[in-house]
Amino acid sequence: MTKKLLNDDDKAVISGFWGKASSRAAEIGADALGRMLVVYPQTKTYFDHWKDKSPSSHNVRKHGKKIMDAIGDAITLMGDLNNALLELSQLHAFTLRVDPSNFKMLSHNILVVMANYFPDDFTPDVHLAMDKFLAAVARALSERYR
Amino acid sequence: MVEWTEQERDIINSIFSSLDYEDIGPKALSRCLIVYPWTQRYFGGFGNLYNANAIKSNPMIAAHGIRVLHGLDRAVKNMDNIKATYAELSVLHSEKLHVDPDNFKLLADCLTIVIAAKLGSAFTPEVQATFQKFVAVVVSALGRQYH
Repeated sequence: MTKKLLNDDDKAVISGFWGKASSRAAEIGADALGRMLVVYPQTKTYFDHWKDKSPSSHNVRKHGKKIMDAIGDAITLMGDLNNALLELSQLHAFTLRVDPSNFKMLSHNILVVMANYFPDDFTPDVHLAMDKFLAAVARALSERYR
Repeated sequence: MVEWTEQERDIINSIFSSLDYEDIGPKALSRCLIVYPWTQRYFGGFGNLYNANAIKSNPMIAAHGIRVLHGLDRAVKNMDNIKATYAELSVLHSEKLHVDPDNFKLLADCLTIVIAAKLGSAFTPEVQATFQKFVAVVVSALGRQYH
């Protein structure tokens, strides 16, 4: 039996922080995605179908919100991430085929935005738990890759 | 050689000229030790690192954080030759301190996040990209002399 990535303390810390942050989910997602495309230009290769890839563009804002809403849902279903992310896992494995290194780049930017928006609440403990959570999400999403 | 635009130089100089080293240094290092606990392996002689609160209030860690942050000053002053500037420090980290160079990236990420928290809306995507480019060059220079 594999050890769970998140312990009870992690889950409590994450839920506590998300209680404060969730109202800005759309903004957080849009900002994080926008930053990733600027700071790690190689990630733009997945978005050739968007003419405008700037942080304030309609596509980036819409897609960023979509991603963060899914992450928000995953937070509420933290107890069973693999089941919660089953469909998204299939999507990433067989359709999107995003190289897993990109999950780290987006996760980093989500953490940067959280620190930027909530400097007093994004303590090292919250940072630790959220980093673990996003890594667990990334693992669940890439589970079916091979 | 790394190319820097005028705008990038201005951004880096602006960040460091207004930086509170006594605040940011300790925050960055303690965050690294908390978020990536294995990095504590290099701080055996630094006293109580038992939990997050102990790390955050540890005066030796705080002093070291300030020292490490000031270590970046030479890179700020020599942006056109960071590789040569840090050759000796790289040897030190490899031969004497035996630090796994992957750890430099972990500290750099924590520093980025602490700066993001400090600068608020001034930490635009462009400023972030420039800052991350700068720390990436520093990280690369520090790992250069390992063999």
